[in-house]
Amino acid sequence: MRRTFAPWADPDAKPLIRFENVTKRFGEAMAVDHLSLDIFEGEFFCLLGPSGCGKTTLMRMLAGFEFPSEGVITLAGLSLEGVPPYRRPVNMMFQSYALFPHMSVEKNIAFGLKQDGLPKSEISDRVGEMLRLVQLEKLAKRYPSQLSGGQRQRVALARALAKRPKVLLLDEPLGALDKKLREETQFELMDIQHELGMTFVVVTHDQEEAMTMADRIAVMDHGRIVQVATPGEIYEQPKTRFIAEFVGDVNILEGHVMGQENGLWHVKTASAEVPLTIDDPDEVLHSGQAVAIAVRPEKMVVQREKPGPEAVNVLTGEVWDIGYLGDWTVYRIMLATGEILRVSCANVSRFVESPIDWDEQVYVTFAPGAAVILAE
Amino acid sequence: MKERSFTKRLTAGLVPAVPYLWLGVFFLVPFLIVLKISLSDPAVAQPPYKPVFEWSDIAGFFSALDLENFELLTQDDLYLRATLSSVRIAALSTVLLLLVGFPIAYGMARAPERHRSLLVALVILPFWTSFLIRIYAWIAILKPEGLLTQALMGIGLISEPIEILNTEWAVYIGIVYAYLPFMVLPLYATLEKMDDTLLEAALDLGSTPWRSFWTITVPLAMPGIIAGSLLCFIPAVGEFVIPDLLGGSETLMIGRQLWSEFFSNRDWPLASAVAILLLIILVVPIVIYRDVEARRVETRP
Amino acid sequence: MNRRLSLFNVTSLVLGFAFLYLPILLLVIYSFNASRLVTVWGGFSTQWYGALFRNEALIEAAWVTLRIALLSASLATVLGTLAALALTRYGRFTGRTLFTGMIYAPMVMPEVITGLSLLLFFVAIDLDRGFWTVTLAHTTLTMCFVTVVVQSRLMTFDRSLEEAAMDLGAPPLRTFFSVTLPLIAPSIVAGFLLAFTLSLDDLVIASFNTGPGATTLPIKIYSQVRLGLSPEINAASTILIGLVTLGVISATLISKRSAMRSRRAIA
Repeated sequence: MRRTFAPWADPDAKPLIRFENVTKRFGEAMAVDHLSLDIFEGEFFCLLGPSGCGKTTLMRMLAGFEFPSEGVITLAGLSLEGVPPYRRPVNMMFQSYALFPHMSVEKNIAFGLKQDGLPKSEISDRVGEMLRLVQLEKLAKRYPSQLSGGQRQRVALARALAKRPKVLLLDEPLGALDKKLREETQFELMDIQHELGMTFVVVTHDQEEAMTMADRIAVMDHGRIVQVATPGEIYEQPKTRFIAEFVGDVNILEGHVMGQENGLWHVKTASAEVPLTIDDPDEVLHSGQAVAIAVRPEKMVVQREKPGPEAVNVLTGEVWDIGYLGDWTVYRIMLATGEILRVSCANVSRFVESPIDWDEQVYVTFAPGAAVILAE
Repeated sequence: MKERSFTKRLTAGLVPAVPYLWLGVFFLVPFLIVLKISLSDPAVAQPPYKPVFEWSDIAGFFSALDLENFELLTQDDLYLRATLSSVRIAALSTVLLLLVGFPIAYGMARAPERHRSLLVALVILPFWTSFLIRIYAWIAILKPEGLLTQALMGIGLISEPIEILNTEWAVYIGIVYAYLPFMVLPLYATLEKMDDTLLEAALDLGSTPWRSFWTITVPLAMPGIIAGSLLCFIPAVGEFVIPDLLGGSETLMIGRQLWSEFFSNRDWPLASAVAILLLIILVVPIVIYRDVEARRVETRP
Repeated sequence: MNRRLSLFNVTSLVLGFAFLYLPILLLVIYSFNASRLVTVWGGFSTQWYGALFRNEALIEAAWVTLRIALLSASLATVLGTLAALALTRYGRFTGRTLFTGMIYAPMVMPEVITGLSLLLFFVAIDLDRGFWTVTLAHTTLTMCFVTVVVQSRLMTFDRSLEEAAMDLGAPPLRTFFSVTLPLIAPSIVAGFLLAFTLSLDDLVIASFNTGPGATTLPIKIYSQVRLGLSPEINAASTILIGLVTLGVISATLISKRSAMRSRRAIA
């Protein structure tokens, strides 16, 4: 996520890709539901959502393997209606890599260039360039069956980049890799995208992937876009309960708005004895309203000692579970209502004298600004 | 896709159209002709039948329908007996094929992976030698002075030559021998794909190997069993060569009847009627076979 | 998969293959039998091989059979592959049920029926029986087997490979020839070999549809079987078995060597 790069904020900027009211039906089922979206040049864009949300269908429509039932997709101002996939300046890196098993690595990468009828010398130059980009120069003559999973993925990437498309689509690019490799590859992809200045559109169900790599994320559910924003905005300002729960872990507290005091609102909830105090920067609250608020686990503090009298947002409960993750510790705390709160703390010191243990009675607090008011 | 030009749609349409037309002309139309001929009278002519049907006279056709041949079929009990015996022999042969073929297919499926393609090749290899010659070899084995008798006498099991050739038993042996690859290969294909962990789960839950075989392996192999059985039973009903070479004069099979009506008696209409009769018997199994196979194609993994 | 062979498995395999190969073994042995009779071993002799090559009628029949088999198998392979493509790629089209029926029925239909029906057809259209009618008949029958073989490969074919090719700029026809065809080629070859064998071996359909000058080898053999077979036929079969075994061995060796070569290229 680059903080200074934000073409979507510029009112004069023209999008590279525009989906206008796009709908896709398969028989009775609606995979994509009147969806509109702008993607700008140079973005690392992620389509995020659970399986079945329509993200893959949306990508396939951009690639040209499906055609919209309604609506228009434009690329660089030109409509893509009726344009078959082999005529689009869009290339795709497939989830299964789809490397041609009967062709060597070189020939795989050269395939797209051959279709354009480029002269042989130019093709071999470009292939060499791509091999250097993904660091596979030594494996040029091998066949896909002789490569490891990670190597195959690089070939797939090199093949898709060889034609220097305007847009590169990546379908669950990191799914088949193990954890270590996944992390490395994430950063590599970001570096390559930045170096080439291309527009990447990634489809994934893994929110960690999306958060790490994307400039902007579009969260999808049931064929619609629920929120399009930067990872920071998605994480700290989720619009809906669905997004709050889908991206990262979250605690959701429900209650009724009572009234204002000193610019902060009081919310009566069953989860705590004393009403909560929260901030309302967008001014959406009014008295008597039913409201759900979200608080991220790392924004909560758990302690053994009773907080002082001026403390706000105090919840009491019993330690139900402790998950020691090395760098973090996650506590699951059961409140009197039976709800379970999730609180995480970074393990900042190597040795703790008497750490919080199972079944202890503890107090959990959070700041008024840590609460996010959810729209639904 | 909107941009598909006329030529593109034409070439795309050719792919199903060409084989469709071919089969329509060379498979479907001939059957209609067989039906038509079966309703004709024989004639001493070339071709030896009097056409009942002129294309210009459809009304006259229906009024002059000659069911003589079919009446003959139902009156002479030779055809009834031949039909029953054909179905019986084919059915029993199919059962024997299952009993012989299943252990072979099972053994092949359980063999180490690197040997499996060799085993499949070994099953197919006999195909490459002339079918007739292999049946002929069985004549040499099964005839009264043949090798089987010599071997059994040599061991001392029998004292007199054994009479197998020219009996129904020789036909059974011949059909099982000839059709074995058609039973083994579909069975093997199904058994090879079977998930071993299912058997392991059954054993883990307390089922004996014998019980697991009947409650897990056999039901899962059922598609292969059905395909293999139909692939053997249906053509076996109309089999000609094996009963002709190995069976005796009392081995009645309807394929032989058809052949002799056609080649010996030169009665084409009657032969056609026999063909229609055979078709009627087999239409249900053929449709079942088509359904089983078509469903296998349509359900993608 | 970790499978082990039980004693039962091994026994059934050994017995099964012995049963399959016994007559073939006999054929080969008796092709070298100096005596004509099967029951008597007259000593080792290659006289029948010499007699075979002097038997013009037999050689002529073999040549006819070979030509018919090559022609019908080639045609059947093209038609059968088209049919397989139609079945697996064209979803629901009008008349699909009839189409599949016409594909699977000839495979199981007794040959006496298909032979007779095709003959009556040729008579009806006034086509002289002979080389071409047998070829057409064989094509019709064997194309169905080709379809089944190719179709089973197409079903396991990874469609995303075709999508990748199109994504990289190859229009549908070019995609088919550079990606699909090379990968299904082994099954097309297998289909061709199957069609070739079926045509080579067929007696019934050839008998119904043949004419003067088009006597196939099976027809010739059948006519002689009733009179008592000459060991020249044994010699012919032994040669054929030898050729096929040679072919299978060399094919396996070639594929093993190319696998080794590519492995060496990496090292």
